[in-house]
Amino acid sequence: MERKKDNPIVSLVSRTVSPFIMLFALYVIFHGHYSPGGGFQGGTMLAAAFILIRLSLGMETSQLQFKSSWATPLGSAGVLIYFGTGLVALLFGGNFLDYGFIPFTGTVAENRSIGILCIEIGVAIAVMAIMVSIYDDLLKGSPDD
Amino acid sequence: MELKEILSIIFISSGAFFMFVGSLGLIRLPDFYSRAHATSKVDTLAIILVILGLVIYEGFSVNSAKLIIIITFVALTNPTATNALARAAYKFRLRPWFKKNKSKKRQKKNELGN
Repeated sequence: MERKKDNPIVSLVSRTVSPFIMLFALYVIFHGHYSPGGGFQGGTMLAAAFILIRLSLGMETSQLQFKSSWATPLGSAGVLIYFGTGLVALLFGGNFLDYGFIPFTGTVAENRSIGILCIEIGVAIAVMAIMVSIYDDLLKGSPDD
Repeated sequence: MELKEILSIIFISSGAFFMFVGSLGLIRLPDFYSRAHATSKVDTLAIILVILGLVIYEGFSVNSAKLIIIITFVALTNPTATNALARAAYKFRLRPWFKKNKSKKRQKKNELGN
């Protein structure tokens, strides 16, 4: 079976739609503590946008957007942001992941809000990178790509 | 009841009717292509009608703007997904269903193809 490369409709629509999926994913991540959503859901949407490009345009083209070799370092960086925030809270005298003690700004409530935002960004980066790397590893054995 | 509510009831119930017709087509039609034909168009129209009814009920606000964005998203992606499915089936040489197909060889081929 030959590779189904040139379907203009699918490639055009996925190229058009995937930035908006990314935008909505960022909205879900950054609005996560006021509305349903958060790091995991937004990271999965971000990964879905990347995987949509991988599915429609093929592996070679999508390497320009997000290389397969970036996935593991980015996942590690996300986990590092998560644990780094927790450890900074530990250093400033609170419990692990006790954001109220991190001195971002003056009040405790703002500290908590910004700390949760840091945690969600870390989780989103880790989830996005791991989802993309799972897709790449699943695709590695197939003869099409 | 206001005019707004009556209009939204009409839109949402017609959307439910189209959704029912689409599911009926999915069950009753014989073939992959005809099933895709039934579900894709009718379901897209049904979702658009239901969300349009919700927009009318909501009035002029941020929520209805979000719903209109959802309408454009569904109207873009749902036919594209069906196009990709049907194209993949055609590339895989899935044969469509014919009513008059009496020679046994072709029938066997059809069964193999399906």
